Amino acid sequence: MTAMPDKKDEYDENAATWREIDPESVKTEILAKYPPKVARKRSKHFVVNKKKDEKSYEEIQANVRTIPGIISQRGCCYAGCKGVVMGPTRDIINLTHGPVGCGFYSWLTRRNQTDPSTTPDGDNFMTYCFTTDMQEREIVFGGEKKLRQAIQEAYDTFKPKMISVFSTCPVGLIGDDVHAVTREMQKKLGITIFGFSCEGYKGVSQSAGHHVANNGLFQHVIGKDDTVQEGEYKVNLLGEYNIGGDEFIIDELFEKCGIKIISTFSGNSSVDHFQNSHTADLNLIMCHRSINYVADMMEEKYGIPWMKINFLGANATSASLRKIAQYYGDQKLIDRVEEVIAEEMVAVEKAQADVRSRLEGKLAMMFVGGSRAHHYQELFNEMGMQTIAAGYEFAHRDDYEGRNVLPTIKVDADSRNIEELEVKKDPERYNPRIPEDELAAGVRNGIELKAYDGMMADMEENVTYAIDDISQYETEKMIEIYKPDIFCAGIKEKYMVQKHGMPMKQLHSYDSGGPYAAYKGAINFYCEIDRMINSKVWKHIRAPWEENPQLAAMYANE
Amino acid sequence: MLLRHTPKEISERKALTVNPAKTCQPIGAMYASLGIHGCLPHSHGSQGCYAYHRSTLTRHYKEPVLAATSSFTEGASVFGGQANLLQAINNIFTVYNPDVIAVHTTCLSETIGDDIPQIFGKAEADGKIPEGKYVLHANTPSYVGSHVTGFANMTKAMVEYFATGNGHREKCLNLIPGWVEPSDMKEIKRIATEMGVNSILFPDTENVLNGPQTGKFTMYPKGGVTVDQLKKTGSSRGTIGLGRLASEPAALALDAKFKVPCKILDLPIGLKATDRFVDAMRQMAGVTVPDSLNLERGQLLDIITDMQAYFYHKKVGLVGDPDQLEALTEFLIDIDMLPIHVLTGTRDKKFEKRIQELTADLPCEVNVKSGGDMMLFHQWVKNEPVDLLIGNTYVKYISRDEDIPFIRHGFPILDRIGHSYFPTVGYKGAMRLLEKILDALMDRQDRDSSEIEFELVM
Repeated sequence: MTAMPDKKDEYDENAATWREIDPESVKTEILAKYPPKVARKRSKHFVVNKKKDEKSYEEIQANVRTIPGIISQRGCCYAGCKGVVMGPTRDIINLTHGPVGCGFYSWLTRRNQTDPSTTPDGDNFMTYCFTTDMQEREIVFGGEKKLRQAIQEAYDTFKPKMISVFSTCPVGLIGDDVHAVTREMQKKLGITIFGFSCEGYKGVSQSAGHHVANNGLFQHVIGKDDTVQEGEYKVNLLGEYNIGGDEFIIDELFEKCGIKIISTFSGNSSVDHFQNSHTADLNLIMCHRSINYVADMMEEKYGIPWMKINFLGANATSASLRKIAQYYGDQKLIDRVEEVIAEEMVAVEKAQADVRSRLEGKLAMMFVGGSRAHHYQELFNEMGMQTIAAGYEFAHRDDYEGRNVLPTIKVDADSRNIEELEVKKDPERYNPRIPEDELAAGVRNGIELKAYDGMMADMEENVTYAIDDISQYETEKMIEIYKPDIFCAGIKEKYMVQKHGMPMKQLHSYDSGGPYAAYKGAINFYCEIDRMINSKVWKHIRAPWEENPQLAAMYANE
Repeated sequence: MLLRHTPKEISERKALTVNPAKTCQPIGAMYASLGIHGCLPHSHGSQGCYAYHRSTLTRHYKEPVLAATSSFTEGASVFGGQANLLQAINNIFTVYNPDVIAVHTTCLSETIGDDIPQIFGKAEADGKIPEGKYVLHANTPSYVGSHVTGFANMTKAMVEYFATGNGHREKCLNLIPGWVEPSDMKEIKRIATEMGVNSILFPDTENVLNGPQTGKFTMYPKGGVTVDQLKKTGSSRGTIGLGRLASEPAALALDAKFKVPCKILDLPIGLKATDRFVDAMRQMAGVTVPDSLNLERGQLLDIITDMQAYFYHKKVGLVGDPDQLEALTEFLIDIDMLPIHVLTGTRDKKFEKRIQELTADLPCEVNVKSGGDMMLFHQWVKNEPVDLLIGNTYVKYISRDEDIPFIRHGFPILDRIGHSYFPTVGYKGAMRLLEKILDALMDRQDRDSSEIEFELVM
C-alpha cells in the first residue's frame, strides 16, 4: 500500500494524493499487527465511513470495554462525573472520597472558566481540591467515619450551600455507604449533601460518569427553586463546559439576540442556576454525550423540549441561532438573529478569506472525548480543510450514527449497573412548553426536536474513517500513512504527535487558548490553526548538515 | 482572590484534606519505570489512574509519556484482575514490543488483593513473555504514603527483579538519584564522570523525558538504565542513595541481598549536601576531587559572597516532598535565609525532626509539618508572611493572592519549562537556584521601589 509522499516539501500534493489511498486496505494493514482476537474486536471500532442505506451509516461498535494493554486514551467514571460534569460548578464543595490521587489530578486541570461575580454570594470553590485522603486504616475498617467527619469539617470551615461526595475505586469495594452518610449529614447540617457512586471501574469510560452525574443533578439539584425569571426566550445551555471561555462568548451572543440563559450545564455554573433551570422554555444541547440524560429527564418531568445545537463554527453558529429563532417562530427574534448574523459574519468572512489562502486542502485528524471530534470539523471545513479521520474516546453509537439507532443499542454487561432513573411527570410543575402533540412528534415550526444525526453524517463517504477508542498504535499508523497537516486530540497525545514533526492541537484544553465558540471563537480558531500549521518551527527540524551532508565530505577529503 | 475561602484562623482538621501537598503512589512508580531503557510502565487497575498519571507527567515534562493499563471493569474488580493483566501482557509485547514491562498497582487492585507474581508466573507458563523480555512489578497502594513512596517502591523493585552478584566487587558505584528531574540525573552522572567514578545510575530519565525534536517519534527513547546495568548493581563496590525516602529502600535491598555497602545522603541540593555527595563518592571510589569541581564550588561560593545582602534574613515558605525540602532547607539556612514554613504532604516521622534540627538556631519561630496540606501552608503564610515561596505550580495561587514572589521547584510544574533541562542539584544546580531566588527577589524590588529609589546597578 502506498503511504503518503515524504512530508518535507510536498505539502501541496497531499491534498490530491490522499484520496488515492484505499481505506479498506489501510484498515487491513493496521489491524494485522494485533493478536487475532484483538483484531476482530478492533475491526468493529475502525470503520470506513459510508452509508449503509438512505438513512443509516455503517455500524460502529462503541461504548464497550477497553482492551487491556492496548494503550487507549480513555479515563474513568470518576473523571466523567467529578472532573467533567460536576467540576465546573463553582459554589458546590466537591469532596472526593478516596486516596489522594483522584482529587489531586482533577484539581484545576480542566480549563472550566468561571465568573463568581455573576452570583450574589461570589462563592468559588473550584480552585480547591477537597479529599478524604483515605489511608490504609480506612481501607481495612471502612471510611464512613472519616467521610462524615470530613463533611463536618468542610461545612465548619467553608459554610457552603451544597456538598457532593464522589466515590473512587476502593469505596465501592470496601462497601462504604456514601449515600447513607450524605443523607445523615444533610439532616444534621441542613444543607443539600449528596453522593455519587462514580467508582472508576464503573462502566467502561468517562461516559458512565456523565450518566451518574446527570442522575445526581436531576435528583438532588434541579427544580429546587421555582422563581420565574424575566426574559422572553429562556433557555438552558446543556453540555457546555466553558473551556477557555466558550460559554461566556455564547452568552454574549445570546444576549445580543435577546435570548436569556437560565442555566448552563455546567460551564460557569452555580447551584442557584441549576436549581432554577426547570423554569426555562427550551434546552439546547451542545455536548450530546454528556448531558442528553438530563435533557430527556427534564422533558419527561417538566415538559421542556430539547434540541441539538452547535456553536463551533461560524456556519454552525448561524444555523443554530436560526434554529432557535425558528423554534420560537417569533418574527422579532427571527429578524434580530438575522441582524446579528449579518453583523458578525463580516469579520468572520474576512478572517476566513485570509487563512484559506494558506490552509485550503490541508488535512486534519481528530480524536476527542465524546463530542468535539464532530463539532470541530465544521471549523476546519470553513478553512477549506479536510477531516480524514475522526473518533471519540467514549461516545456511544448514537453520537456516531445518529439517534435513530438508539432502539437497536444493547446495553452490555459492563454498563448495565449504571442506574437508569425512572422519571414521571411532575404533578404540579409539568408544563408542556409546546402543544403535547408537537412534543410527542418532536417537531416544532419545522424544527426537529430531540434529534441528533451524529458525526458520520457530516463526514465524506468512502474516504474518511470513524475510529472509536483509537489506540496509540493505530494513531501512529494513521499519522504515518496520511501525514495529516494537523492532529487534534488531548494532552497525552500532544507531544507524541509533535515528535512526528507536525502540529498538534489540543481540543480538550485548547492548549491554553480559546474561546473557540461562536463567531469570535471561530476567528480565534482560524488564527490558531494558521499559526500552528505555518509556524517556522516545522522547517527547522532538520539541521543544515542533515540537508547537505556532502559538504562535510568535501572538507574531510581535503 | 483565587483562594478567597481560606480563613486566616487555623482550625484543626482531622479528616478533610484541602489542596493536598502530595499525590498518590503509582505516578511515582510510573516516573521511575520510565527511567528503565525500553520500558513500558503498566498500571494494574482501572484506566482512569493511568490516564491521570500520564497526563500529569506529560504536563510536567511536555513530552510523550507512554504507559499501558489493565483497564479493570466492574467484573474484574469483583473477580480479580488476572485475566486483564494476562491479556495486557500479550497485547503489549505483540503490539508495542518493549524490552521490559514494569507493572505497578492502584488502590483498586491492592484492595482486591491481586497477586502479581502469581499472574507473572501464569504469563510465563503460557509463553506470553517472549525470550529476552522482562516483567517486573511493585505494589503501590495509593492509600499508603505518597507519590514518593511509589517511586521508592518501583526503584526497589528494579533491585529485587534484576540485581545479581558475581562475587566480585567491580570498580563501580551505584547511584540512586531519588525523585529528581532528568536534568538532575544527568548532572549527577556528570559529577561522577568528572571525578573519574564509574557509576550505574538508576532510575535514569535523562533522554527519556527531556528528549529532542527530531521529526521522528520513538516510543522508547535513547535514555534509561538498561536491564544489563541493573543486573550488575549487585556487584558494585558501593551504593549512594540520594534522598532518604525515594532511594533508601533500593539501597538497603542491595545491601541486604548482595552486601553492597550503602550510604544514604540528602539530595545534593545546595552547598553542603553536594559537598557530602562528592566526599562520599571520593571515599567510596578512592578518587580525588578534580579541580573542575573545586572551581564550580568556588563559583557557587563567590555568588553567595557577592549577593549575600539579598539573601540575609529573608523569610521563605517551602512546600513539597521531604527529600527536596530537607536539602533545600539546609541550603537556605547556609545562605542566611530563614525557612520559616516547611510543609510536606507526605507523612514521614523523621522529616519534622530533621527540619527542627536544621532550623534550631534560627532567630525566629519555624512551622514544620509532615502530612499537612497546602491550605494549612497558606494559613501559615497568612499569619506570618514571607518574602519568598518555593513549591510546585499549585503554589502560584497562594503567591498571587498574597502577592509574594514565588519560584517553582518540585513536582508538578505545569506552567513553566526549564526543570527538565537545567539541574538544581550539584554546585551548578545550586548556582541556578541562587539565580532563580535572586531573580524573584530583585524583580520584586524593581517592581516595588519608587522612581527615586529605582536602581540601575544591583
